[in-house]
Amino acid sequence: MSGTLKPYLTAVRHTLTAAMCLDNFSSQVVERHNKPEVEVRSSKELVLTPVVISRNEKEKVFIETSVNSVRISIAVKQADEIEKILCKKFMRFMMMRAENFIVLRRKPIEGYDISFLITNFHTEQMYKHKLVDFVIHFMEEIDKEISEMKLAVNARARIVSEEFLKRF
Amino acid sequence: MTEQHRFGNNVSPITCHAWNKDKTQIALSPNNHEVQIYKRSGSDWKLLDTLNQHDLRVMGIDWAPNTNRIVTCAADRNAYVWTQDKDQKWKPTLVLLRINRAATCVKWSPDENKFAVGSGARLISVCYFESENDWWVSKHIKKPIRSTVTSLDWHPNNVLLAAGSSDFKVRIFSAYIKDIEKTPEPTPWGTKMPLGQLMAEFVNSNAGGGWVHSVSFSPDGNKVCWVSHDSSINVADATKGNAVCKLRTEFLPFLSCTWITNRSIVAAGHSCIPILYGINDNSQISFVAKLDASQKKETGGLSAMRMFHSLDKQARVETSDTNLDSIHQNAITCVCIYMGTKEKATKISSSGADGQLVIWDLNSLERSIQNLRIA
Repeated sequence: MSGTLKPYLTAVRHTLTAAMCLDNFSSQVVERHNKPEVEVRSSKELVLTPVVISRNEKEKVFIETSVNSVRISIAVKQADEIEKILCKKFMRFMMMRAENFIVLRRKPIEGYDISFLITNFHTEQMYKHKLVDFVIHFMEEIDKEISEMKLAVNARARIVSEEFLKRF
Repeated sequence: MTEQHRFGNNVSPITCHAWNKDKTQIALSPNNHEVQIYKRSGSDWKLLDTLNQHDLRVMGIDWAPNTNRIVTCAADRNAYVWTQDKDQKWKPTLVLLRINRAATCVKWSPDENKFAVGSGARLISVCYFESENDWWVSKHIKKPIRSTVTSLDWHPNNVLLAAGSSDFKVRIFSAYIKDIEKTPEPTPWGTKMPLGQLMAEFVNSNAGGGWVHSVSFSPDGNKVCWVSHDSSINVADATKGNAVCKLRTEFLPFLSCTWITNRSIVAAGHSCIPILYGINDNSQISFVAKLDASQKKETGGLSAMRMFHSLDKQARVETSDTNLDSIHQNAITCVCIYMGTKEKATKISSSGADGQLVIWDLNSLERSIQNLRIA
């Protein structure tokens, strides 16, 4: 598994490094506004062609770049029903606390499980290569976290059913 | 070789900076509505004045060396010309830009009798002083700009103006104001120059794309160089029928470029290092050297296990590298000539999103870097 994970993460890392070249850019449509162009999409020349990097059908990353912001959407591996439920609940838990994560978007893009929105204000305050690291680390950890939770759920289910069947 | 400077406790990005004539004072904006003026005292900087008139982020500063006036423009759609009165205080004069979007860049003309302001309103305001009304008025260059004007540069003849914009094009306009100056001499860019005349237009890339981040006229005015978001550096030569030479580089996009002689250009940007490029007689661009020769810092002991572990987990060799190897720790947004002129610059200054100002001594760099010849 990890044999194919490495080229996937390398591709995401290089794409993010190139995509995160952001500038401060005031809106050219609304006076005195400065909004992430990838969200408002007010002028089409300010948004670059989006990129999808996929490891397989289920696992993929969607990177949309504009002049002052980049949006990264991640689809997490979901092999069965339990993983689907766990993933949904876990992402919901994090997105409800989006402001603590600073770069997390409150809603994912359709078709993906979680989205990050990084603007030029984030790249000014934080090291860019560390932001890239954060996204890579997140992708790495999220799979592990969900498989661990799945194991825990299965173990618990086994204990519960054992206890229940003792009665008969 | 290089001097690194910080200003007070400022860690926020330096949006842009400008020097006075004898380079003892610097005007810079710490990424907010203020413009701060610092005076050098030894290795330290003393805050002389804060120009506090804008109410949104300052986008451009330019200091006219001979007339000692500062012009600033900001995202609040205004520009001010600052003059120093007898008690050394800076006094603002509002400029009537007549724009309804953020002003993005500003440049004094070489003769310092007018300046140009680029804006998000898809136009350039060419401003000059009208003495009978005692204010700065502007004339607009509108067509055919289709997006925000990101950078400007004046031709040495005080008439032509190069503008780069986020519609992927570089244009050469005439900014001739007939009220205040006499008819300009013909140049290789053209002979007839009424205000707003489009002298030349260059598409950044035939495949489309690439916001233009910076433009610069060569010291003789016959060539124009620009850098754009497709990581390329381009030179167009008017004496060769506006032939464009494009060099796609392996670095991240450049944000600023300037000529340091008639044959060499320094460009810097998201890679955090200034890079020197040379132009040969056929206007071909070639990579010469990285000006930042900082070495990678060794961390104690290399563990093969740790290396493979992090390579497997995060696709990187090292995990404990918070600081970058370069001097600048974030994108370089502004490169200015500190000593000399565009014909022969000996020192250049760069400022960036990491809040640092670095002065690069080109002569000592030329001696210390092997095979580096600045033509």
